[in-house]
Amino acid sequence: MNLEIVKTAIEANVPGCRLELVANPSPSGQHSLLLDSQHALAVALYLRDAADLRFDFCSNVTGIDWPPRELTEKVKVKKLVDGPNGPEEKDIDEVRTTTIPGYLEVVYHLYSVEKKHGPIVLRMRTQDRDAGIHLLSLTSIWRGAELQEREIYDLFGVVFDGHPDLRRLLMWDDFVDHPMRRDYIDPDDYEYEPTPHDEVLQRAQQHLRQSDPVRQSEAEGR
Amino acid sequence: MDEKLKADLSKQGIFTTSLQELYNWGRTSSIWPLNFGLACCAIEMIATTMARYDLARFGAEVFRPSPRQADLMIVAGTVTKKMAPQVVRLYNQMPEPKYVISMGACAISGGPFKQGYNVLKGIDRYIPVDVYIPGCPPRPEALIDAFMELQKKIDAQQLTGENRPRHLNADHPSEFVVPQFGEHDLEPARNPAIWKPPLVQIAQTGSDESGNC
Repeated sequence: MNLEIVKTAIEANVPGCRLELVANPSPSGQHSLLLDSQHALAVALYLRDAADLRFDFCSNVTGIDWPPRELTEKVKVKKLVDGPNGPEEKDIDEVRTTTIPGYLEVVYHLYSVEKKHGPIVLRMRTQDRDAGIHLLSLTSIWRGAELQEREIYDLFGVVFDGHPDLRRLLMWDDFVDHPMRRDYIDPDDYEYEPTPHDEVLQRAQQHLRQSDPVRQSEAEGR
Repeated sequence: MDEKLKADLSKQGIFTTSLQELYNWGRTSSIWPLNFGLACCAIEMIATTMARYDLARFGAEVFRPSPRQADLMIVAGTVTKKMAPQVVRLYNQMPEPKYVISMGACAISGGPFKQGYNVLKGIDRYIPVDVYIPGCPPRPEALIDAFMELQKKIDAQQLTGENRPRHLNADHPSEFVVPQFGEHDLEPARNPAIWKPPLVQIAQTGSDESGNC
């Protein structure tokens, strides 16, 4: 299934939608389409109902957390520098850091049972990770997305507008965190670790130092 | 009573016993488990009760669907933090004397999910456990072994004195704190009255070549 063809077909049939092809450089080459969230419903409806596409089965919905990243790049800049013959222009390397703001991403995998083709991968991104976490729910197009969108709401904190029953799925209702976000800090219950290593070891030592400094200092002194 | 005299009398057709033996024999021979499973270990538990392994041979033929009629809770499987309050509440609803078998790696310590955010790191943080069975999942033989171990434990109990079991000691509680759902974790995260973290030498287990620990 050539994604370029699908992309042109969608652009021809859904006026105003902005699509972006996200290439996958790995050998699997599973490229994906990035949708803008305003037209997501129209695009999804087209993918499901177009006679030659008929993506009637949403097999998987998942989320990705992209925390803010810093990109450093070297740029050549012309600057006036004091030389022996007065000021002159020179190319100077300058390191620029740009911060890419974080966002949450939702990924849909679609197949067509009728046409026996697929998968096609759709992505949607939220504006940021704090307030602009709203996306349109695709549950009205593919009913099977209901539980998975609830799971993403629970674990990543993406709010799906138009979802029929948006509640937490795995954690309890009063839980405030989103455990699959990369900045999630899990509760400090590392009292006992039979074979600690790496990060778990650090957490266990830190916990023991705080809760039982005498015993831990004895153990470390030995 | 003298053991030899007892044996001689039984040869003559006279059966003698003490109240303690009778009482323990009765409890040992009819441990009714609670009909209750949490994850894949429960499948092994079901297999144990079926014809091939036949747990009924040990007096546990009836799995009771109500905690009010059960003597034994087999915590068979992963206890998630969301499920933990219900497990503790079921245990509280069981009448004394009651026993707990912690079946499988998850119920003992969280098992493969120990470092996760949603799995309780061992049911013994909230309720007292009598027998632990390691395994993932334990085979039915292991559950039968745990069952026989529990029977031995009950058989050896003294009805009076310092070491009498909990249900004969008015000072000891038969109900335990049911954890509440907090904003980040269960509250309390453990019951300090019954669970103390084991002593571990974490500094030694963790020291590496660089000398940092």
